[in-house]
Amino acid sequence: MSLSRADIENIARLARLKLTEAEIPVYVDSLSKIVAFVSELNRAPTVGIEPMAHPLPGLAQRLRTDEVAETDRREVYQRNAPTVEAGLYLVPKVIE
Amino acid sequence: MSAPAPTVAALAQGLATGKFSSVELTRAYLKRIAAAQPSLNSFITVTGESALKTAAEADAARAAGRAGRLTGVPIAHKDIFCTEGVLTTCGSKMLGNFVSPYDATVVSGLRAAGTVMLGKLNMDEFAMGSSNETSYFGPVHNPWDLQMVPGGSSGGSAASVAARIVPAATATDTGGSIRQPAALCGVTGIKPTYGRCSRYGMIAFASSLDQAGLIAVSAEDAALLLGPMSGFDPFDSTSVDSPVPDYTATLGDSIEGLTIGLVREFFDEGLDANSEQHIRNAIAVYEKLGATVREVSCPNLPLSVPTYYVVAPAECSSNLARFDGVRFGHRCNSPKNLLDLYCSSRGEGFGDEVKRRIMTGTYVLSAGYYDAYYLKAQRVRQLISADFAHAFKECDLLVGPTTPAPAFRIGAKCDDPITMYLNDIYTIGANLAGLPGMSVPCGFVDGLPIGLQIVGPHFSEACMLNVAHRYQQETDWHLKTPPAFA
Repeated sequence: MSLSRADIENIARLARLKLTEAEIPVYVDSLSKIVAFVSELNRAPTVGIEPMAHPLPGLAQRLRTDEVAETDRREVYQRNAPTVEAGLYLVPKVIE
Repeated sequence: MSAPAPTVAALAQGLATGKFSSVELTRAYLKRIAAAQPSLNSFITVTGESALKTAAEADAARAAGRAGRLTGVPIAHKDIFCTEGVLTTCGSKMLGNFVSPYDATVVSGLRAAGTVMLGKLNMDEFAMGSSNETSYFGPVHNPWDLQMVPGGSSGGSAASVAARIVPAATATDTGGSIRQPAALCGVTGIKPTYGRCSRYGMIAFASSLDQAGLIAVSAEDAALLLGPMSGFDPFDSTSVDSPVPDYTATLGDSIEGLTIGLVREFFDEGLDANSEQHIRNAIAVYEKLGATVREVSCPNLPLSVPTYYVVAPAECSSNLARFDGVRFGHRCNSPKNLLDLYCSSRGEGFGDEVKRRIMTGTYVLSAGYYDAYYLKAQRVRQLISADFAHAFKECDLLVGPTTPAPAFRIGAKCDDPITMYLNDIYTIGANLAGLPGMSVPCGFVDGLPIGLQIVGPHFSEACMLNVAHRYQQETDWHLKTPPAFA
């Protein structure tokens, strides 16, 4: 199976990745190869086989009790933010 | 102390008997790191000042009679583990300026055990790679031959331990990222059972496969360090609540009567003939030690690489959605609008291979393809798991090669992703099934080390370490050091 330039542009849009002009043909080629490679899975008979949901058999996802366990560390966390003002993350204007 | 560093066990002994202090030891390692960095490029950050401070605290604790087995032993962390107040890049431009506000549980566990952090180790970007060539900070070089790759993604960990510039290092394994570089650098690596070590503070790649572990000189060293890294953590919802044994207690046990399985599919036409000979020799050592060897088959195992290259990219595409240029990480200059901020920050911040995997994952999860790729792969994953479960009804452990061949030249496999992905053909199965795996040095082909892989049932780390240790008592492959770093 071969992917087109339009396919790659659509995937990049869904993935929120801006690609350069030079990158597009490279990904058309390599993603086509990868999709062809993983299509090998179609040869495996899997009728009646449950998809594996957890790497350890019989274990389900644990839930924690609904109580406050964290302290407020907003200031510490926001030190890594590109732009912050008055404790808020700044982004370009969304509503005109 | 300028000679090749001995094992963690020997260093712990030296510290306990007062042969040297932790400050002296730390200073000696920092010197070795500085000397090797220009040729290996195995570190991203060296934390010399804080290391000497922690070492002094370790010496003080020892003087006050409060020393544990690992107090004052220097180690280094793969740069995928968050370390409070220290740059944590995950090998990416995206996190090139990220100073972690907290410690990973694995890091705090090893600190509580008294270890001294020397710095943060180079790796493939977001742990996506098998050669350490995808790092934003440049490739790591194999200490046995600087033209060769060290393997990946924990290439910095493996190369540093092999060159004896750190006694041991943490690492992570999603599809072979501990075992494959350990094999290619001639050191011992262990990837524990899924859920054995907390993933909290370990930057996520593929959450149903990722597991923390370590790389060391010997199985004995791995046993010493694995304990403090393991155990239940309420901060990781997939962490398993089961007791952690003292892995050193059973190292010397007899392995007489143990049944070792040779997986037929591991000895396929892709396996280099010289490497195979060394694997067969290692198996002969086990027979001499009283183990029974029998052949078993895991017929679905050849599908493990395509299965992985659906499941891992799918999980990566959702995990890496958090890098949006808003809360932390790289942000583009003057975005036109919010969408452009996301797309440009991500387009600039991620490298080629990471973008390739995000897009592969986005594709297999997209409308119309989810059943055909993702659900199909999860069904095949079930078959592969069942193959292993069946094999473990007939034997206690499985052994085989870690990689199809020794290290390859830097640049040799960069152009074709599939060729690169096939490096992990023997290691991926254990991740898909959540099983623990090890790689142990077992010989050299054309001057380059190769590894014997051991795979066990869930939570069989103690047995695997015992089996690896007994082999290392019979052989000295793990003690060989690269001539340039002797």
